[in-house]
Amino acid sequence: MLRTRVIPVLLLRRHGVVKTVRFRNPEYVGDPINIVRIFNDKEVDELVLTEITATRAGSAPDFELLEQIASEAFMPLCYGGGVRSASDARRILRLGMEKIAVNSAALERPGLIRELADELGSQCVVASVDVRRTWTRQYEVFSHAGRDVPERDPVRWVERLVSLGAGEILLNAVDRDGTMKGYDLDLLGRFRGRFDVPLIACGGAASFDDMKRAIASGASALGVGARFIYEGPYRAVLVSYLSPRELDEIHMAGRAMEVS
Amino acid sequence: MIDAQTSTSIAVIDYGVNNVGSVVNMLRRLEVEPSIVRDARALEEASAIILPGIGAFDTGMTNLERTGLFDAIRQRVAQGAPILGICLGMQLLTRGSEEGTRGGLALIPAVTRRFVFENGMRRFKIPHMGWNETECIDRDLFAGFDRDSARFYYVHSFHVVCDDAKDVAARATYGISFTAAVRAGHIFGTQFHPEKSHRFVMRVLANFVRLARHA
Repeated sequence: MLRTRVIPVLLLRRHGVVKTVRFRNPEYVGDPINIVRIFNDKEVDELVLTEITATRAGSAPDFELLEQIASEAFMPLCYGGGVRSASDARRILRLGMEKIAVNSAALERPGLIRELADELGSQCVVASVDVRRTWTRQYEVFSHAGRDVPERDPVRWVERLVSLGAGEILLNAVDRDGTMKGYDLDLLGRFRGRFDVPLIACGGAASFDDMKRAIASGASALGVGARFIYEGPYRAVLVSYLSPRELDEIHMAGRAMEVS
Repeated sequence: MIDAQTSTSIAVIDYGVNNVGSVVNMLRRLEVEPSIVRDARALEEASAIILPGIGAFDTGMTNLERTGLFDAIRQRVAQGAPILGICLGMQLLTRGSEEGTRGGLALIPAVTRRFVFENGMRRFKIPHMGWNETECIDRDLFAGFDRDSARFYYVHSFHVVCDDAKDVAARATYGISFTAAVRAGHIFGTQFHPEKSHRFVMRVLANFVRLARHA
């Protein structure tokens, strides 16, 4: 049976890996190649890498760095950041990455999702969606670039992305990012059972029990940032992953969700 | 892991939309320097072929035909060169796919179908994506594996259905039992990604390289 994926999510900034809190205050945590090697040893299910400067600066992906990372990685890789065309995406796949995540570029031009899906297949198109709560406690699609979004309602936006051909959704709870206060289960609940494509929950991963709760709330895979990068109350940098035994438990929890 | 002295020229087909990089990286770890082949002429030298692939069936076939690789691959395989199709590459070995309208390479008696689940199975999401336990049947491709303990990485929305069960080299279950690998003589295919499956990885690729050297 298919095992529920537990996916470290790394933020790249220039040549380093950083970690943010609520998408702000990026703090350097290490060299990407070293961190990928550590995750190789831990046999992680998959890795998501997001370049956080490429979008804001409007620059292209750092293909050279991506090639170095891909040549070191034994696990499937998803890259996001600055991908604006099918030719960018194709180039990244050729370097040895498996999936492309698109966020801001889809907000600007939703048709990009369809172009990528038609040319590369839906299985490598990950639609990344950032969601935060407004002051009225409503969930809203959030644009880093501060632009108007084509659809404010997260569920409706994901519906549109899926209909355009997105093969997977990376759902980021902005308010939980880097906080290790737990996944936003309420947000996940709104997506539960609605989509046939896998949904990766991201933002707030705290304890092992919290991860199991996210699966029970409908996550098909778990994105984990700070929890696999920091250790202890002073947030010392220590790259970690779940133990094989914990992974087995996560997989059993996921298995129960497979058949309705 | 592999005797580097023997010279076997392994061609990794690059037809535009696939992840050649991952496969080449992994072969280098096995101390095999593959040639990356983009046109028919370059394939003449190859003693074995790896056809990786992610992406859409028709895009893959269109690119193989445009570059003349369609005929060249069929010809080299008919002359006895072993081939390993990976993911979409395995699906391209079949006669055709429900994903598209174009014919495939038709190197194995099989077709590629969409995943269809019976009522009450709606929780199985498509694509089938992630690590799945895999029953390894073929004892050459899976030499060194326990029959039931392997775990491989899959990303696909379509699956191969063989005309004859004897060509099924591995099976996995996702709602339904499906073909995880095929083998018909010197023609091999894996639906999973042997190049991205950690320690399970290398052994499948190493086994293929070894088989290719003794072909």
